Amino acid sequence: MAVTKTLRSGAWRVVELITTPLVPADYLDAVAPLRNPSVLRAKVEAVRPETADSVTLTLRPGRGWREHVPGQYVRLGVDVDGVRLWRSYSVTSAPGGRGDRFTVTVNAVPGGKVSTHLVRHARAGMIVHLDVPAGEFTLPATRPGKVLFVTAGSGITPVMGMLRSHLDELADVVVVHSARTPEAAVFGPELRALVGAGRIRLVERHTATQGRIKAADLDELVPDRAERATWACGPNELLDDIEAHWAQTGGGLLHTERFRPTVVAADAAGGNVTFTRAGRTVPAGGGEPLLEAGEAAGVLMPSGCRMGICFKCVLPLREGAVRDLRDGQLTVAEPGDNIPIQTCINAAAGDCRIDL
Amino acid sequence: MTTLQRKDVNPIAHLTPEDIEQIGIELDAIRDEIIESRGENDARYIRRVISVQRRLELGSRAVLLFSLFPPAWLVGTAGLSIAKILENMEIGHNIMHGQWDWMRDPKIHSTKWEWDNASPSEQWKHSHNELHHTYTNVVGRDNDLGYGIMRVDEDQPWTPAYLGQPLYNFINACFFEYGIAAYDLELGRNLKTKKRRRAPEFRAALKKTRNKIGRQVLKDYVIHPALSGPSFLHTIAANAVANLVRNLWTHSVIMCGHFPNGVETFERTSIEGETRGEWYVRQMLGSANISGSKLMHIMTGNLSHQIEHHLFPDLPSNRYAEIAPKVRALFEKYQLNYVTGPLPKQVASAWAKVFRLALPNRGPASVRPPRKQLDPSLPKVARWQRAEAKPANS
Ligand SMILES: Cc1cc2nc3c(=O)[nH]c(=O)nc-3n(C[C@H](O)[C@H](O)[C@H](O)COP(=O)(O)OP(=O)(O)OC[C@H]3O[C@@H](n4cnc5c(N)ncnc54)[C@H](O)[C@@H]3O)c2cc1C
Ligand code: FES
Repeated sequence: MAVTKTLRSGAWRVVELITTPLVPADYLDAVAPLRNPSVLRAKVEAVRPETADSVTLTLRPGRGWREHVPGQYVRLGVDVDGVRLWRSYSVTSAPGGRGDRFTVTVNAVPGGKVSTHLVRHARAGMIVHLDVPAGEFTLPATRPGKVLFVTAGSGITPVMGMLRSHLDELADVVVVHSARTPEAAVFGPELRALVGAGRIRLVERHTATQGRIKAADLDELVPDRAERATWACGPNELLDDIEAHWAQTGGGLLHTERFRPTVVAADAAGGNVTFTRAGRTVPAGGGEPLLEAGEAAGVLMPSGCRMGICFKCVLPLREGAVRDLRDGQLTVAEPGDNIPIQTCINAAAGDCRIDL
Repeated sequence: MTTLQRKDVNPIAHLTPEDIEQIGIELDAIRDEIIESRGENDARYIRRVISVQRRLELGSRAVLLFSLFPPAWLVGTAGLSIAKILENMEIGHNIMHGQWDWMRDPKIHSTKWEWDNASPSEQWKHSHNELHHTYTNVVGRDNDLGYGIMRVDEDQPWTPAYLGQPLYNFINACFFEYGIAAYDLELGRNLKTKKRRRAPEFRAALKKTRNKIGRQVLKDYVIHPALSGPSFLHTIAANAVANLVRNLWTHSVIMCGHFPNGVETFERTSIEGETRGEWYVRQMLGSANISGSKLMHIMTGNLSHQIEHHLFPDLPSNRYAEIAPKVRALFEKYQLNYVTGPLPKQVASAWAKVFRLALPNRGPASVRPPRKQLDPSLPKVARWQRAEAKPANS
């Protein structure tokens, strides 16, 4: 056993020497991008329009995939105008798809880079980068007896993942779903069919005619809402409102899922910079290069030309926003993004975390 | 400012400090235009070059499995030489400059790329991007200028050892990848004293380089030859020739970048407190282009656009050709010398200089022209800071 193992790793080392300084998978990528053991990718197998502004993508993941728990999301790395942009999308299918296939449903945000790109240009055969599923917006192992789902717009997606997987295990389900019009409601027909089959109670709200939904409205729409475990997903304003209302009036367990980070300030204010591995946090001005802020705090910063050309100072931005001092351009990273930035010409534009 | 040709005219004497800052502003505008329009086509370009290079390399190595047969040897060696040149120049050099970092693809990123060369990427990035590109053509600071073994300026005192510099240069050309590794390690400086030799940073760097060279040598001179069985010796020869061709080619191209006639060198003190505009002007005067076809540009890794590359080292190489006419127009507008010429002429010119400076200066030393000083009352700004664009009528 041990001998075969040694032999195998020895043989592998020889194979690696054939391709050094690259790894064998680098050559394989050109012909079999899903086989790379160190880079998780997926192939778009089908693109189905849901509404005028949304599509469902069927994805076949490559090596390294791990099945999702309903309600979780995956991060997709999509090349838009040549730039790899990562965004999160909730898995809308039930686990156990053929060959691990799963679906995500993307709603085009006006002016949104990735969502519009996917809704307008995604085609079968396209390769996207992928991260394993994550997220806590899931049902507990002991399913609650009475459940309320509150969703608005594309916020229905994680809930659809749960309904498609767990509806049989849930006795009493109310879905309050808000969309602009009946036609714009993603999964509208499927939800209505579930009502027809007597599986859920559905409250549809159409903002074009009835206005935005308020947390207080829920007391009337769902009189027993305090007895229900609630999962809510939608715009931040709605979720803020619901959280405040629940805190004030008391109610059942509340889980929320947000699609956007809190907005970063747009003026040239700085922020607190955290160097995660050095374990140090320093306040940095909006005009002060991160490199200097780090050095002043005694962090051992890699650096070189200190003028933006040598890239010796590049560090991954884990989270937060920085501003390029040269052209004012913002780079924003969400957790898990790890966007490489040049610290010598970027300044904090809000709180940020740097991997060093 | 002093020049290799002992020019009696200061090439920027006619420029006012305002002119120099204006040049900076105009170059920034050219830069912005490219950054604004970087996109899918550029990404497709670099991915295609990488894919072509990998196929060519795999194909050539496959052919070399039968290198016992002379036609296979010839085809395989030629293919492998081209593949290695592409990998070092258009791909490796440019990726390590961060030209493709904007794609945010970790597979094509300056911090991740390891190239098919003796010097580990990390060390090369230090000596090349950081020292050479920052201190371009500053005698005594820029090791690329003579690689620390040659006399590159009339002002450098002559010693009889320099008589051998044509030979050193030729040997360096043949073993260029090891030459690069040696000066990335700053071997000359670091081997001098016991303290330096024992310094942990130096020892760590040395170990990295040794490991890298070990793997490279195993690959080219043991593993691939062994795979080709009866063609073992022929494949060794093929790989050695491919490495030699790549070395000679890259050395020639790089010599053309800063050595030919008309290129200026600078004094150590001349760059203290340099502004962004002054930095740009130094790059303009300290680099030379090679004229030629599209294929020529690709095979030189677009270092044939050395001037544009030195002005904007992190712009994607495939765009240099597009901005070259604008940069050239700027040279003309400000009456600066845009040095360019076909490869044979530039190589000859660079070699002529190596020979000339091997000998002591001829004739009396001419008076050094005074260096253009910026108005000390002008506010000094850091080099990455842009000057404010001035209203048109001021
Ligand atoms: C956990 C999680 C799960 C998600 N699941 C899904 C999903 O299943 N389906 C889905 O379509 N999206 C989902 N999202 C949102 C998705 O990740 C992207 O944020 C969204 O597609 C917009 O990206 P973009 O690149 O198109 O827009 P960007 O180019 O990033 O933004 C363009 C503009 O739109 C604004 N904007 C960004 N997001 C939104 C938004 N959601 N609503 C309104 N304006 C916005 C931005 O502030 C900006 O002004 C999820 C997000 C998270 C964090
Ligand atoms: S130190 Fe050179 S790019 Fe930052």
